[in-house]
Parts: sequence; C-alpha cells; structure tokens
Amino acid sequence: MAAAPEPIKKRRHARLAADIAQPVAALIIFVILWELICRAFHVPAYLVPAPSAIWTDTLKLAGPVAVHTLATTQTVLLGFLASLIVSLPLAVLITASPTIANTVYPLLVLTQSIPKVALAPILVVILGSNELPRVVVTFLVAFFPLVLSIAAGITAVPPELIELGRACRASKWRELWRIRLPYAVPFIFSGLKAAITLSVVGAVVGEFVNADRGLGYLIVTSTAFFQVPLAWGALVLLSLLGIILFQAVVIVEQVFFPWAIDSDKQTI
Amino acid sequence: MIVLDHVAKTFVTRGGEQVAAISDVSLEVRRNEFVCLVGASGCGKSTLLRLVAGLVAPTGGRVSIGGATVTEPRDDTGIVFQAPTLLPWASILDNVLFPLDMMRKLDASGRARARDLLALVGLSGFESKYPRELSGGMQQRAGICRALVHDPDILLMDEPFGALDALTREELTIELMRIWQERPKTILFVTHSIPEAVLLADRVVVMSARPGRVAEIIDVELPRPRDFDMEARSEFQDATRRTRELIFGGRSARAN
Repeated sequence: MAAAPEPIKKRRHARLAADIAQPVAALIIFVILWELICRAFHVPAYLVPAPSAIWTDTLKLAGPVAVHTLATTQTVLLGFLASLIVSLPLAVLITASPTIANTVYPLLVLTQSIPKVALAPILVVILGSNELPRVVVTFLVAFFPLVLSIAAGITAVPPELIELGRACRASKWRELWRIRLPYAVPFIFSGLKAAITLSVVGAVVGEFVNADRGLGYLIVTSTAFFQVPLAWGALVLLSLLGIILFQAVVIVEQVFFPWAIDSDKQTI
Repeated sequence: MIVLDHVAKTFVTRGGEQVAAISDVSLEVRRNEFVCLVGASGCGKSTLLRLVAGLVAPTGGRVSIGGATVTEPRDDTGIVFQAPTLLPWASILDNVLFPLDMMRKLDASGRARARDLLALVGLSGFESKYPRELSGGMQQRAGICRALVHDPDILLMDEPFGALDALTREELTIELMRIWQERPKTILFVTHSIPEAVLLADRVVVMSARPGRVAEIIDVELPRPRDFDMEARSEFQDATRRTRELIFGGRSARAN
C-alpha cells in the first residue's frame, strides 16, 4: 500500500505519544502521592519507605545491587531458555498422538500441582547449592503455559492447509516444519510472554530458598537487617526487569514475525 | 478422464457408529469438461471431491483418473478450498509457489508460471504483498493460482466462492470461465448455488442426501462463452428449475 498521507501519519504519532505519555504521567503522579503521604503522616521507613528513601538507600549500594541484578537476570534467562528448549519438542510430542498426550499430560499437570516453593529446598539437596536448582525452579514455574500455547498453536492450523500439504504428499515432518510450526508462531509468542513473566517469579522463589546473590536474596537479607528501603529498591528493580524482558519478547516478535502481530491479537 | 465406479464411502464416528456419506455413486467426467456438483448440505459432495483428490479412500467401488486407480494424492490434481487459507507468513508469490515447494519441485519455470498465473487473475504487482493486505476476493484468486501452479489437468473446487460477497462472487464466476477457456482443464466444482452451477457447468450433477447419491445429471445446453445475461434464457431457466425440483422434491420450488 502507499505511504499514509501526512495528516494521518501525524495523528498516528500523536496517538503513540499519548499511549506512552499517559501511563508515564500516571506513574509520576502515583510516586509523588506516595512520597507526600509518607511525609505527611510520618510513615516509618521500616513499614513503607518513601520513594526518595528507596532511591538514596539503593543508590548508596549501587555496585552490589548491580551484581545482584545481573545474577537474577542470568537465572531468569537460563530458566526461560530451558523452558523454550523443553516446551517446543514436548508440545510437538503431545500433539503427535493421543497416546503420547494421555501419557505426558498427567505428568505435566503433576509438575504444576507441586508447590514450587516447597520443591525448591528438595532440589537444592538433589542438585547442590549452586545455580542449577534456581534455574530448574524457574523452568518449572515458566514452562507449562508455554507447552499449552505451543500445543494449541500446532493444532489450530486450518484443516485445509493440512489437506493441501497431504495433496502435495508432504511428509509429516515437512508438514510440521513448513505448516504447523510457522502457523503456531503467534501462539508461541503469547506463551513466551507468559513464560518470561513467570521466569522472574521462579528465579526469585529459587533465590529465596538458596542463593548468595540475586535480588530475591537481597530482599531476604535486607529485610532481616531492617534495611527495608533497600528491599523495596530490589522490588522495583525486579518489576523493571520483568517489564524490560517482556518488552524484549514483544520487540523480537515485531522485528522477526511482523505478520504474526495481527493474528496474535486474536489469540490473547 | 475421471471415472467413479459404484463408489461408496462410510465414515465411522467417534461413538463407533457407521455413517454413509456416499453410496453407490457412478460418474464419468470427460477431459476438459466442467462438471458442477450441487446438493443440500450433507449430501457428500465435498467427500466426493476428496475421493477424487485421493485425500480419502473409498470404502466401496473404485475411483480412477486416466484409467489408473486413485490411491493417494496425485500431481495432476489441484484443489481450491472454500476459505482461501493462504499462509499468513508468506508473500502472495510464495503462497502460490507453496505446493511446488512442498513437492520439492520448485524451479525457475515454476516461478515464471506462478507470475503468469497471477497476471492471468489480475494480481500482477501483488507478488510481494502479504495475504492480510488483500481483499477476500483477491485472496481467493491467489488460492486459484496456488491450485494451478503445478499445471494440473484436473481442478477440484470445493465451494470456492462460498465465503465471498455476492458481487465478488459473480466477478470470480466470470473470471473462472475465462481462465478455463484460456487454459482448458477438467473441473469438478462443488457449490450450494444452483444458478452458479448451471451457468458454469457443461453438466450439473444433482446429489441427494443421506446417503449421498446421484439423483440426476443435467446437461446444460447454453452456448459458450457465457455471462450473467444468459440467466434470462429458457435453457438456463429449465436447468435451474429441474435442479430445484430434484433437490427440494418439487415442494418449495414455487413457495414464493
């Protein structure tokens, strides 16, 4: 299609600006209100610290906090990667035959019904006191919705396309690779968006139980020593980490699979 | 060319029940003939098309093309579905080339043929567009190109214009007749629309439902090339009236 005429383009820019400006403005107002209420009512910092206190206390320890943030990011990304690597073949297997689905599904549901917080200390005993149990907990928290959405995508292919593949006498493998998996891309991405958010949760759970670094570890230790503003700082960093990683997934989809965006809106 | 010899197809439902989709259908379609299958929903006309395509196997009788029994999908048939079902991630050109690619027969001559076909249906210049950028009618034109890209002798069309609006439908009907005139093929065309069937076909196969069987085969005597003005002619009127009578048993043909 031809490029959009100028006025429409301008209007689109204005709308984009509003889309960003409005939530940012709301956030700033929220922070200011928070600060004012803390000061006006003299809320003690060990209950709810003011934003300014969170800022200064976290900044004072900028170096160590950065190390903690990097440690958590690493756990999140490793766990996320593990869930992607495991979920893809698992979803393919589940959709391949009802027998496999009937065998694997109950096991999957079992892994989901176990409380991960309860499992974490046991994993530490099995896997040792290192990064591995944290990554495994992250993976266990994140992978399930990903398996479900990939499986849903693989089975959502219009029957006509499968018939077209069969009419071309394409092998099952080629049908999977050239029709089913590409068709599942929008579904895979909605699963990845859920998985990346859950990965942050999983990493923190892992760090609560066993870690010598990481933002989850920082929250546990700083609250133990009544450095509550620092714990809040870690909390803010965790949410920022979650938002940034989520947006990274969105950008990857927009750059590499622009065609999937439209259909994605229908799948969420 | 296509011979159906006492063909039957029974499906087994999930509950283990046997349902006869088609029973004892015999039909012969000549080379480059345009045959339309009409009938109420559930009369097995889509199943018949899939039997000829080799996508389903008959439970009785024999389907053959050029004397050879159909046991699997063949290279000399192309299919157009009701929905265009183009691949959303591929350009229009790649969509048209998709069957060649799946058959591992993609070469320069295939690409040239795909471009020719797109030109034939008026989609030159849209090769690198994506399906979502095209209207429903344009998508179905691309779907027809996709079915023709490996130059099949037989074109199987399963209610190809069923999902389109009435005006686009008339436009594509005329278009299909032009394509068929320029590149003669044997066409088996499934439709719900009696006027569409009569206007397009050399012969209209009227099917009755449950189980599906051939009620009657009507020869359409209209001269070619045809257009929608011919709907006023008596040959057209006779053929549509007869088809209606067969489908509705004469009861509702003059209900209004």
